[in-house]
Amino acid sequence: MSSGVAVDLENITIRFGDFTAVKDANVNIKGGDFFSFLGPSGCGKTTILRAVSGFLEPSEGRVLIGGNDMAGIGPNKRPTALIFQNLALFPLMTVWENIAFSMEVAGASAKERRKRADELLDMIALPGQGDKLPSELSGGQKQRVAIARALCANPDVLLLDEPLSALDLKLRQHMRTELREIQKRVGITFIYITHDQGEALTMSDNVAVMKAGIIDQIASGHEIYDDPATPFVASFVGENNVFRGKIKSIDGGHAIISTNRSGDLVARITPAQVGNLAVGDEAMMFVRPEAFEVAPEQGSTGQNLVSAKAVNEEFEGNSFSVFLEGDGGKLIKMSVPNLGQDRISTQGHDLTLRYEPSNAVVMPAGELASE
Amino acid sequence: MKKMPFAEFFRNNGPVMGSLLIGLVGFWLIFLILLPQLSMLDYSFRFNLPPAELGGPKDVYTLSNYEHLLYGSDETKQSFNTVDLKVFVRTIIAAIIVTIFNIVLCYPLAYFLGQAKGAGMARLLVVLLIIPYWINEILRAFALRIIFGETGLLNEALMFLHLASEPIDFIRQDVALYAGLGYAYILLMLFPMYNVIESLDRNQIEAARDMGASWLHIHRRIVIPHAKPGIASGSTMVFMLSAGALAAPQILGGPSSLWFTQLVYQWFNDSLNWQQGAAYAIVLLVSTIAIVLTFMKIFKVNMGDIGK
Ligand SMILES: Nc1ncnc2c1ncn2[C@@H]1O[C@H](COP(=O)(O)OP(=O)(O)OP(=O)(O)O)[C@@H](O)[C@H]1O
Ligand SMILES: [Mg+2]
Repeated sequence: MSSGVAVDLENITIRFGDFTAVKDANVNIKGGDFFSFLGPSGCGKTTILRAVSGFLEPSEGRVLIGGNDMAGIGPNKRPTALIFQNLALFPLMTVWENIAFSMEVAGASAKERRKRADELLDMIALPGQGDKLPSELSGGQKQRVAIARALCANPDVLLLDEPLSALDLKLRQHMRTELREIQKRVGITFIYITHDQGEALTMSDNVAVMKAGIIDQIASGHEIYDDPATPFVASFVGENNVFRGKIKSIDGGHAIISTNRSGDLVARITPAQVGNLAVGDEAMMFVRPEAFEVAPEQGSTGQNLVSAKAVNEEFEGNSFSVFLEGDGGKLIKMSVPNLGQDRISTQGHDLTLRYEPSNAVVMPAGELASE
Repeated sequence: MKKMPFAEFFRNNGPVMGSLLIGLVGFWLIFLILLPQLSMLDYSFRFNLPPAELGGPKDVYTLSNYEHLLYGSDETKQSFNTVDLKVFVRTIIAAIIVTIFNIVLCYPLAYFLGQAKGAGMARLLVVLLIIPYWINEILRAFALRIIFGETGLLNEALMFLHLASEPIDFIRQDVALYAGLGYAYILLMLFPMYNVIESLDRNQIEAARDMGASWLHIHRRIVIPHAKPGIASGSTMVFMLSAGALAAPQILGGPSSLWFTQLVYQWFNDSLNWQQGAAYAIVLLVSTIAIVLTFMKIFKVNMGDIGK
């Protein structure tokens, strides 16, 4: 088992004519990492992947694989294997010929190729399906064949471009686990692209969150969720309630933000922005729906209390989503776990919500994800 | 259940329009294709009799017209009709060569047009290729004759550049003939090829390249197998039409080199022996169909793919 090869992007900028698709990206991916690029459609994820696989050369900066500069080295010479967004299996070849295509290119005998293909078919749990055509497989099976075909070349780095986006929800969740297991088994570096944050958070060791060609944050899924570096990351990854205002005071790691609708509120300064906030700055505070609870003492005020009126309630199975209207009509979402006991609906009531200041983050104001 | 498509056809077009359309297609099939061919077939098995004897006791079926092509005479079977048979074989081989020449020429062009990134530029190129075909086939052949003639453009250019000391007789060397035939039907090769290659997913080419395949390997394993139906349909058309061409051989052929269709033409027109001409034409038709079917078998092409 290989320990995986590191991939480094040094100050990568990629332009198409006047349009800058990727701007000054710096990414260091450890060998054996499951690394994801997460961002909305059109933010430049595929473009970065194509620069790593060698289908395009960055306008500026360097791509290093295992410490070697890849400039001028074509895709057929790089130790990477790319799984395309639409899989791109060869429809006129059988499944086993597809899987062993890289060996065919290298001149291996039909017998060797067949043997290796059968091994890989066992690994992807499709034994004995080698003589079928890709069109005779289901979506999930095609998916696995594409993975086997890429692994057959023994790449140091596997690049995956939203490979699960065409699958239905159940299969997608199943394939997430499967991909993660395959990655652990083969131990090579996986670079995974997705616009689905759930996918990025569950599978990856580390995630880079992108917005319009710029990488906003690179961290573990946990950190990205708990300590988002920018308002874009905070609003794109998971759900979040945003409160806008001006910084009133700063005390160590915490700040008080004075909002014009909910009064003064206290929150933790997000680690990436410590030192970047000053009194009087425009700021944004984020509280996740699950960080709110109904305060034990209703009607009181405080720096971690928000008053709002419950207007709507949605049942989500494991939880209830309660939508509340704060002062000035602002909508707040609170998530209440479904503990099974008889629950009194809060709909129509005026409530006081409470949050733990360490569960709220504050940062300089900025652009939000538009979704 | 078999009748379902017709039922739907009538529902979509209404009974009047539906009957009219089906009637027209039937008319076309029966009167313009089936009957003329069948009457040619009938002619080819009859004697060339003066009008007075038609329907008389001498008007019976015979193989003599076919025997004439084979033996050169209706009476003896001592020697083969080498003159006409040579022309026949030469025509078939030349048509095959023209077809291969067109495949080789069109494949890179079709690949470029089909896979080029700037679709607008490819469109423009296609239009530029079509425009010369607005000109009549015979005029195009004469234009080539002017280019390849003794004092033609090509000879003048070669002499001017001192690449030739005296004019080259392109007509007698059949260079003009091959060029003319190759040019006459090249679009019928290009378009089917272009259509199939355009439908090939670029990602497949990139996936193959990503797995280390050379350009040669990519074409051999990915592009050509995908393009096979288009190549087959283009080849069939070019081969059939080249073997059956008349204008280009008439205008561009050398004085000593006859095309088989010219023999057919002579029987019909000069000798006024339609029965003999029909037999020659039927032999050409059946042979070319047999050759096409043989090639389809060798290259494992299905009949259904040809229509693509
Ligand atoms: N060859 C190209 N020429 C010009 N612009 C391009 C080219 N390739 C990509 N772009 C532009 O670069 C931007 C990023 O494209 P990219 O394909 O990397 O997006 P993406 O993040 O993969 O999106 P998606 O999630 O929809 O696949 C887009 O605005 C796109 O229009
Ligand atoms: Mg993409």
